[in-house]
Amino acid sequence: MSSVATTPKKGFDFKAFLANNGALVGLVVLCLAMFIATPRFLTGPNLMNIGIQVSTIAVMAFGMTFVIVAAGIDLSVGSIAAISAMTSSYWVTTAGLPDGLSIIVGLAIGGLCGWVTGAMSAFGKLPTFIASLAMLTIVRGLTLVISDGRPIATGDAVSWLGGDLGFMPVPILILIVSGLVAAFVLNRTIIGKNAFAVGGNTEAARLSGIPVKRVLVTVFVISGIFAALSGMILAGRLDSAQPTLASGYELDAIAAVVIGGASLSGGVGRISGTLIGALVLAVIRNGLNLLSVSAFWQQVVIGLVIAIAVGFDVLRRKNVRH
Amino acid sequence: MSNDALLVLDRVCKSFGPVQVIDEVTVEVHAGKVSVLLGENGAGKSTLIKMIAGVHTADSGRILMDGKEVKIPDTKASEALGIATIHQELNLVPSMSIAENITLGRVPRRFGIINRREMRRIAREALDQLGLNLDVNTPVGDLGLAEQQLVEIAKALSLDARVLILDEPTAALTNAEIAGLFEVVNQLKAKGVGMVFISHHLDEIAEIGDFVNVLRDGKFIATVPADTDESELVRLMVGRDIDAQFPRQATVPGDTALLSVENLSLGALENISLSVRPGEVVALAGLMGAGRTELIRAIAGADKYSSGTVKIAGKKLPSNDVAAATRAGLGHVPEDRKTQGLVLDASVAENIGYATMAATAKGGLVDRKGQRARAESVAVRLRIRMGNIDQPIRSLSGGNQQKAVFGRWFSAGAKVLLLDEPTRGVDVGAKVEIYELINEITASGGCVLMASSELPEVLGMSDRVLVMSQGRIAGELATEQATQDSIMALAVSNVHREDEMGKK
Repeated sequence: MSSVATTPKKGFDFKAFLANNGALVGLVVLCLAMFIATPRFLTGPNLMNIGIQVSTIAVMAFGMTFVIVAAGIDLSVGSIAAISAMTSSYWVTTAGLPDGLSIIVGLAIGGLCGWVTGAMSAFGKLPTFIASLAMLTIVRGLTLVISDGRPIATGDAVSWLGGDLGFMPVPILILIVSGLVAAFVLNRTIIGKNAFAVGGNTEAARLSGIPVKRVLVTVFVISGIFAALSGMILAGRLDSAQPTLASGYELDAIAAVVIGGASLSGGVGRISGTLIGALVLAVIRNGLNLLSVSAFWQQVVIGLVIAIAVGFDVLRRKNVRH
Repeated sequence: MSNDALLVLDRVCKSFGPVQVIDEVTVEVHAGKVSVLLGENGAGKSTLIKMIAGVHTADSGRILMDGKEVKIPDTKASEALGIATIHQELNLVPSMSIAENITLGRVPRRFGIINRREMRRIAREALDQLGLNLDVNTPVGDLGLAEQQLVEIAKALSLDARVLILDEPTAALTNAEIAGLFEVVNQLKAKGVGMVFISHHLDEIAEIGDFVNVLRDGKFIATVPADTDESELVRLMVGRDIDAQFPRQATVPGDTALLSVENLSLGALENISLSVRPGEVVALAGLMGAGRTELIRAIAGADKYSSGTVKIAGKKLPSNDVAAATRAGLGHVPEDRKTQGLVLDASVAENIGYATMAATAKGGLVDRKGQRARAESVAVRLRIRMGNIDQPIRSLSGGNQQKAVFGRWFSAGAKVLLLDEPTRGVDVGAKVEIYELINEITASGGCVLMASSELPEVLGMSDRVLVMSQGRIAGELATEQATQDSIMALAVSNVHREDEMGKK
């Protein structure tokens, strides 16, 4: 029963570090390989490009981390990203309401959608997979209804989210700030700690007086808000909200969280891990693009990476426990 | 007598780790006879039948079938020998029909295609053997529990079972259903099937059994005829010494009840009323399925009750609200610490801290320093043995894990502790330490309601004993006057049957 990884040792235990940070090691190896394969990888503009690319997935995956830590899954984030981008643009461009409020409107819509998913699952007893799958379709449908299937130009505020601040792209700034906020909420607040307890053992959490249903709703609201932010960044970069925006992104977000070491059975997950997971996906895509590998083959490679990363993680856990 | 024995377990032993659960037990099963296994919870009955069923293998000793030594390494081997086990948890697929269930795993095929007509014929034949008039196309999930059990027996017969093991088959049945089951058992006797029957209800044993094998603490005690006097059976079952492992320091209880429960009903629980005064330890005794855990969970707010009230110090608690109960000073140490008590991957400190996390938070932020300090001081006070407080609780021993669950409520300042099997799976040393914690609670004016299957623990650690049977409180005993026999006599009493007789 004794657990190897937990005995504290003086000095730096390199082996334990490797075992606990498999995704980080993988990312470093990946970057080295890309650097050797093509010198264009390690140039300022390319790294900036990766940063912008990773920001939308990572921000979405930060929210997803809360849900997965609480032993749920949120398939609706791609659709929520789209409806939030769409409503915040509609608010300004079509309805002519104050531009300054558009971002708040988008975030609120995202939170509301998350609340509905959470409530369906907490009070309606639907499995989170089903509740969020239903929301995936419902919300995407509503986005099409609102936009009548046509893109809407974003307002200035949302466009700013996709722009630059001096030399720094705003998406990268948002990535950093939202990552810090997410890590803080997950590790320091009641919300985060409750999510870990509920995901680790729902019944034990409930019998300790933790309001399990409220926790479930809260993590979905958080996921919805982060998804909304991600969607508005994406729309801001294009200066237009597309009705098909971020479609299929939920799978990348889940992959990022899982590559980052979270367990789909709940109770385990880190925001830093999720960021690394998102970076792994972005670096592979970017590197394969630089190497002119066809987009078709890229999908094959990404699938393999997910299988290998999670497979290693399962092996590691098995070794630690016995 | 042993010449014509169908199946013999000859001086079998089994231990799990350092614990000897079966120690040189010899049991015989005869054709056309019902051999009863009798013993308290934990006496080794389930382990013994699992050996016959091929789930566990014996460490030593022999198993003889028709006088020849056999090995039963797995359930397939057991089945091949003609042994069938009807577990309490039935092995049926609810969504499939009776016919599909009876032929599960050996579906008749023709040219690789399921032969449905043949399947129905096999099922029909099996049901007819028991005189069951059921449509073989009915999904098993549509049947009542008693009928499902009979389907499982029919399935065993269609596998040509010669030895049938019935593990507490009557536990969840009504009196009429039990009568139906016994009719089937009598038919099987006439057909020459040898049966092993486990039941806690002594009246049933006399009715259906031929002879009784009594087990106690994994040891074989005696084989007696089934018509042996009930009090003699109880004495054989529980007759052991209570050693001085129970350091109960009784305190003079206060006058007004700290915990009071009035007319609580839920599921099988009917109109339960009880009160526990400050400084008092009240034990809930009874057999498995008597409703002790259900009662503890309902009081703790873990389950919704249909009627009745729970009060702490006169203040009514809402039903099904653990957080409110916790705020009112109630703490619940659940039956199974692994699935209900602990988040195994979380650290010791976190597990101790769950009940105080929300109460001590400021502006939604966890009071990390305070939580840690409280966990550390409780861990020292409760002598939780561990490497450090950040270690996952999974890596601690059972006793120390259990102390951490206690620690959660000590840290929250709980005044009313509800304990469900507080020392299950805990070694002797840690047991005594847990008993000392119980003393500590009552010495400081708290009270304890403790459900326990271990009678020595009940007698050694409580001030009063409430004995439950079939969802009701069958009687109350002052611990000084209680004996294992008097508790057992109440625990096996049939409160419903007595009710019916009272009405007549």
